[in-house]
Amino acid sequence: MAQISADNHGLRLYTRYAVLVLIAVIFIFPLVFMVVSSLKPDQQLLADTASLRAFLPVGDISLNNYTAAFQRAPVGLFIMNSVIVTGVTVVLSLLACSAAAFAFVFVNWKGRELVLSLILATLIVPFETIAIPLLLISSQLPWIGLDGLTSGWLNTYRVQIIPFIADGLTIFLFVQYFKDLPGELIEAARVEGASWGQIYRRIVMPLAGPVLATAAILKFLVMYNQYLWPLMVVQDEAYRPVMVGLQYFFQLNIAWGEVMAYLSLITVPVLAFYLYLQKAFIASIASTGVKG
Amino acid sequence: MASKFLKSNRTGWLMAGPAAALIGCFVILPFVFAIILSFTNQRLVSPNAAEFTGLANYRQLLGMATLTLDPVKDEAGVVKLAADGTPEYPAVRSFTRNNPDHPDLAGMREWFSFDHGDSRTFILARDVVFMQALLNTFIFVLVVAPLQGGLALGLALLINQRLRGINLFRAIYFMPVVVSIVVVSLLWRFIYDGQSGLLNNLLGAISFGAMPKVDWLGNPNTALGAIILMSVWQAVGFHMVIWLSGLQTISPTLYEAGAIEGASKWQTFRYITWPGLRNTAVLVLIVITMQAFALFAQIDVMTGGGPLDSTQTIVFQAVERGYGKQDISGGSTISVILFVIVLSISMIQRWLTRERT
Repeated sequence: MAQISADNHGLRLYTRYAVLVLIAVIFIFPLVFMVVSSLKPDQQLLADTASLRAFLPVGDISLNNYTAAFQRAPVGLFIMNSVIVTGVTVVLSLLACSAAAFAFVFVNWKGRELVLSLILATLIVPFETIAIPLLLISSQLPWIGLDGLTSGWLNTYRVQIIPFIADGLTIFLFVQYFKDLPGELIEAARVEGASWGQIYRRIVMPLAGPVLATAAILKFLVMYNQYLWPLMVVQDEAYRPVMVGLQYFFQLNIAWGEVMAYLSLITVPVLAFYLYLQKAFIASIASTGVKG
Repeated sequence: MASKFLKSNRTGWLMAGPAAALIGCFVILPFVFAIILSFTNQRLVSPNAAEFTGLANYRQLLGMATLTLDPVKDEAGVVKLAADGTPEYPAVRSFTRNNPDHPDLAGMREWFSFDHGDSRTFILARDVVFMQALLNTFIFVLVVAPLQGGLALGLALLINQRLRGINLFRAIYFMPVVVSIVVVSLLWRFIYDGQSGLLNNLLGAISFGAMPKVDWLGNPNTALGAIILMSVWQAVGFHMVIWLSGLQTISPTLYEAGAIEGASKWQTFRYITWPGLRNTAVLVLIVITMQAFALFAQIDVMTGGGPLDSTQTIVFQAVERGYGKQDISGGSTISVILFVIVLSISMIQRWLTRERT
């Protein structure tokens, strides 16, 4: 009797794993196909789609598609632009949003409730609904730079960075996290005569590791994957990020090998980063679901 | 918080000021602009100053009318038949162009028509493409919200078991979420290809060649469905993780109590798991709906709105006008319509899923 039920249990365990593996295949195979195909010449790539060879690095394997992709478009420049825009925005966003949340949670000031509720109200405004008027505003904003006063932000780094530094979600995440820190600690430090800057730098920020990781990862994903906005505001190749750079590969006769090489080039580093920090990535998405 | 040590107007404004100013300038101001511009004829670059035009933009986008016509009859009163044997109707064009009897129909085009009794009713729209975009977006949302929400919940329940290596599976299911939707769209264009696409080859192999090759994105009947499937594939892991964090807030003692009472699997889900997920369900539904209404990148990369406008969407139209045709006011009007739709739907969802006491 016990024997049978143990077998039964083993069988159920196998079916469970079979289901899990089958679903995993659905999620992973398109990505495997992308990377494997980037190594094959076009003719073989197309022929291989008829069999499981599509997912195996077999046959005439080389990095030729990567070389060709670099010749077709300034790929290095696009990657550099994306790294600059993403990196600068993430850092400035962490600074501005954590400081704001600090003020909302720990400091008692006139206007606090009103400003916070206005900021949280922006959570229901999808970016897509403000993109068009923002385009008009950006085309006319002034800027004081090395060449004096200029007007218009189109075709710059700043138009890709500054509008995305502060956002309701990041501030909300910091506010939620700071609320759980012991408020007495802050008050005690004030009584001891610590300045607000000291409290922010020495007490609160050293405790904010998890929320900093969460906010940084979410911002990174949003910024690196930007498409609609740079499509509209950056026509100059010199400032174009990777996702818009893809347009160089939409030809009438698409060279699929080169496309796959470019896709792999801009995706694999992110996937590697994700697999390395997998727990933090998943925790960051999960924390957006914790409603306050 | 009443302590005088914590009071400082200067510090508060100093620290919250930068973020508040940025949000004011780049979110709230454009939002207000969208509303104002939608009542003008503002263009991106124009020598003339913008003029106030009232509701003209809204009328242009949303104007609709019906026109019921009787079949054409000859002198004997017999219905004339067209070449394909169906009754012939007067040309709609004769009503919408230069017809002094119907000034309100001027400039409209036929969207679709249906027969009833002996006559046919034509639904006319001033902007047929935008109507199609509205319809497609609603179809997309109505299919994606339950499909993606449901599949994500299924995956979360599957991942929420104690099994060796379960974290690996969770990591794999989540993988497409970190891949840009632009990359995914281009990759799936190849998967959906009519000639050497992987999907056709897979279906051919499963059906031993019985399944004919389909150009998934080139056929108006399948293009939107193909985009729906791909979008769900890309984003389902995101909502799986949100469901999962909801599942983990349910106290294990409830499950123990259920087990002691001898509850079946379905009863456990129905009376313990699901009630514990109420807030998560509202959130998942609202987030998916908001994301689905913003459908743009997939369309831009995969179909450009075609074939035959079968994949036109609201945001694609807003960008095509506001940016492509530099018609800022037209694009802003579409943005305002989109916002009103999103806001009303999330309010309806909140109301429908409210706690009933």
